[in-house]
Amino acid sequence: MQITVNVNGAEYTREVEARLLLIHFLRDELRLTGSHWGCDTSNCGACVVWLDDTPVKSCTVLTAMADGHEVRTVEDLERDGVLDPIQQGFAECHGLQCGFCTPGMMLTARWLLDRVPDPSTEEIREALSGQICRCTGYENIVRSVRWAAEHADADQRLDHDSGEDGSNQAEHDGGPG
Amino acid sequence: MTATSGRGMNGAYGPMLRKEDARFIRGKGTFVDDIHLPGMLHGAILRSPLAHARIVSIDVAAAEAHPKVKAVITGRLLEGRKLAWMPTLSHDVQAVLATDKVRFQGQEVAFVVAEDRYSARDALELINVEYERLPVVIDATKALDHGAPVIRDDVAGKQDNHIFDWAAGDKAATDAVFAAADVVVAQDMLYPRSHPAPLETCGTVADMDTVSGKLTVWSTSQAPHAHRTLYALVAALPEHKIRIVSPDIGGGFGNKVPIYPGYLCAVIGSILTGRPVKWVEDRSENLMSTSFARDYHMHGEIAATREGRILGLRATVLADHGAFNGSAQPSKFPAGFFHIFTGSYDLQAAHCQVTGVYTNKAPGGVAYACSFRVTEAVYLVERLVDVLALELEADPAELRMKNLLRPEQFPYTTPTGWEYDSGNYAHTLQVALDLAGYADLRREQQEKRVRGELMGIGISFFTEGVGAGPRKHMDILGMGMADGADLRVHPTGTAVLGISCQTQGQGHETTFAQIVAQELGISPDDVEVVHGDTDRTPFGLGTYGSRSTPVSGAAAAVVARKVRERARIVAAAMLEASPDDLEWDNGRWQVRGDPEQGRTIAEIAMAAHSALELPEGIEGHLDAEAVYNPPNLTYPYGAYICVADVDPGTGQVALRRFIAVDDCGVRINPMIVEGQIHGGLADGVGMALMQVIAFDEDGNCLGGSFMDYLLPTSMECPSWELGETVTPCPHHPIGAKGVGESATVGSPAAVVNAVIDALKPFGVRHADMPLTPANVWCAIQGHPLRTDLAIP
Repeated sequence: MQITVNVNGAEYTREVEARLLLIHFLRDELRLTGSHWGCDTSNCGACVVWLDDTPVKSCTVLTAMADGHEVRTVEDLERDGVLDPIQQGFAECHGLQCGFCTPGMMLTARWLLDRVPDPSTEEIREALSGQICRCTGYENIVRSVRWAAEHADADQRLDHDSGEDGSNQAEHDGGPG
Repeated sequence: MTATSGRGMNGAYGPMLRKEDARFIRGKGTFVDDIHLPGMLHGAILRSPLAHARIVSIDVAAAEAHPKVKAVITGRLLEGRKLAWMPTLSHDVQAVLATDKVRFQGQEVAFVVAEDRYSARDALELINVEYERLPVVIDATKALDHGAPVIRDDVAGKQDNHIFDWAAGDKAATDAVFAAADVVVAQDMLYPRSHPAPLETCGTVADMDTVSGKLTVWSTSQAPHAHRTLYALVAALPEHKIRIVSPDIGGGFGNKVPIYPGYLCAVIGSILTGRPVKWVEDRSENLMSTSFARDYHMHGEIAATREGRILGLRATVLADHGAFNGSAQPSKFPAGFFHIFTGSYDLQAAHCQVTGVYTNKAPGGVAYACSFRVTEAVYLVERLVDVLALELEADPAELRMKNLLRPEQFPYTTPTGWEYDSGNYAHTLQVALDLAGYADLRREQQEKRVRGELMGIGISFFTEGVGAGPRKHMDILGMGMADGADLRVHPTGTAVLGISCQTQGQGHETTFAQIVAQELGISPDDVEVVHGDTDRTPFGLGTYGSRSTPVSGAAAAVVARKVRERARIVAAAMLEASPDDLEWDNGRWQVRGDPEQGRTIAEIAMAAHSALELPEGIEGHLDAEAVYNPPNLTYPYGAYICVADVDPGTGQVALRRFIAVDDCGVRINPMIVEGQIHGGLADGVGMALMQVIAFDEDGNCLGGSFMDYLLPTSMECPSWELGETVTPCPHHPIGAKGVGESATVGSPAAVVNAVIDALKPFGVRHADMPLTPANVWCAIQGHPLRTDLAIP
């Protein structure tokens, strides 16, 4: 069947099998490999993307269901070379280790912050409760989202290879330890 | 804590932000499934639906006729190439694709190579396998029963399901201590089967270049160099024509140490088709067939005086290794490091005996940040100490404090032969008790008990042995566990470090740059770390068992010091001084007593590459290589305290607080260390409360998806409270110890001790993990569940 999907602002018209999962369309057809596949059963959230304005687990969404809709993936968080504060927050607060769950976590967190700009830690934990991280124990992910909330207007770039201005020196809340 | 970029740092240890994050936060990592090669085909595995059955026939004709199928591989085809079986790391063999029987549900039976992943899956449905069901062995305690079905009849003369008997310690001395002791308490406990479940499953892309004969394998491998050698040995391929690449790895936790049948099938598929073949398992395949963890049925006994002086420990263990002994551990001991079970205590004698058995379950056993069975050992002793405290009506903290090894006893040789390097245990426990506000917690608990509320406080004190390992005790199929490092310093003073281990999230690209930067007085930003590619890095045994910093980290420091010594000779020529008159200070070589006269590494590197006459002993440039052969393990330790609330009506456990004080010696990047501890604590919570791979009586796996195998989320994990003490490792070049697995090893006992402590008003002495609401509720009723045979 033929579908047309807007992914990260670009229109794609493709012939796809009716059974093709959205995650496979994004990864294998469009080669947008930032969204990951982790479990098949909508439990882990590594595949979270936005369908229109809602985070969905793209391992259980058919590509056909995205026909005529807009999809936003991790590749769209950085705009014009400027990181989204949520990306910056994850780097600043050591909110990732292996990085596999990170795109999905950031997209859900971005959605939360768009609706609740100053969330409590409880609200953050609730919002991320449908997603699994095997590395961080979640604490630094919560801190990362808080960092993004506190730096909503941040326009700093995280780029270790550019400049000598020390602009990415930042406070890290290391916790009670 | 303040985390910084490495820019401008001189003195490089500290909480530096990670270099690798720049790609991950942009979705620009390169995981195995992200790799797409021209002409690439896709593989899929047909697996056994039965736990034990004879294969009568396999009909692949319909699958082969599928228009998009390029090859169908069966065990019969592999037999012709002597590849139907492969060696395991525990001196057993494992079927690559089943030929005679299937021995666990999910075992690999056939491999289809097709043009896309959906077609490969479709073709699996077209393969017709006729099975003849056989009786199963699921309960390990019945595996050695007379008349039990023999699982491994592929082994000539095998009449039972016995794998090994192994013991450590002095049995006679231990029995004498027990005979004379005032108090002996015993407890049976199961450390149930669990699974590491990294978020990225296992997979590979194999590409055999038919012209050059070069095989390139991108693989989810925690040990690419070891895998290269194993492929050479198993498949009889020339090792220099094999390149293993571990790209970004989405978590390992020991799950990605072994070579799995899928990897080999992809390689064979590429050889057969002349095209690259990708195989990535799905989640159920990962949970049902790859390396599980634990499955230890333990009986422990502890002997003490009436005053609470612990005298001795005894343990007998039944170890369920599944259908093949695929235990991926390098020690010469079949139970790994289990005999470290004397823990952190000053004992007179100890003895343990372990029997390994086959069952109709997936192979494995050593995985999931267990430090080769230290997890099971720590859990045993820390539960026993709490059972003893209950018996003696002693406070668990005071009882531990009374028996912990004292600083002056280090280096300390345990009753089972381990040589603990350094420690100040009582101090670390006291720091944890102070952080927790222990006395106040106990008062609160008393008040709540009066009101019928269930609150528990659990303590665990652990000692780990990590950094495999010394040759006298460890090897991988005969290979000693030394790690190489090479360091190139460019003319302008930036450097490239090649290491043999690689990151699966641990942040090696940052930490190892910091190690080199610290030694050379340059910025970590000026050190590029190359890892995970056997064609570009020196040989070494990989990343697992918390060995990166203890072994490869030492190699990085040693190679940097070699470079620094070469630089000394060049600097002496530049300064017209004798090398002996130079001292390394403030990141440069300078003339002793004349700090104005000095040269940085960058200045020296340019001179070493220059056309100037070079001093004797320097042929040009500063590059060096090193191999680090660890003289001993490193022994990190820690004190953990968990505070839990239990709902008496539902058995639901809520973790209110978790205090973790780790001592892993010198911390190179404390931010990364703390992150690893956080993750390990979550693992401990998962194992203690949620995670189990159980089986029904027919051998059906009951933990085959994340719907059934429950992992902790942000809701189950409390906000971790960390503290630290620092007791440097005396034999490590920079005083560091491993830490990656400490929290996974130490935390389950703290959680369980907290829950059992909460249940004290009901007289509960023990219940096995996972402490699900149903299991806790049943424990309150006096009948805790057998957690490995059904999901409670």
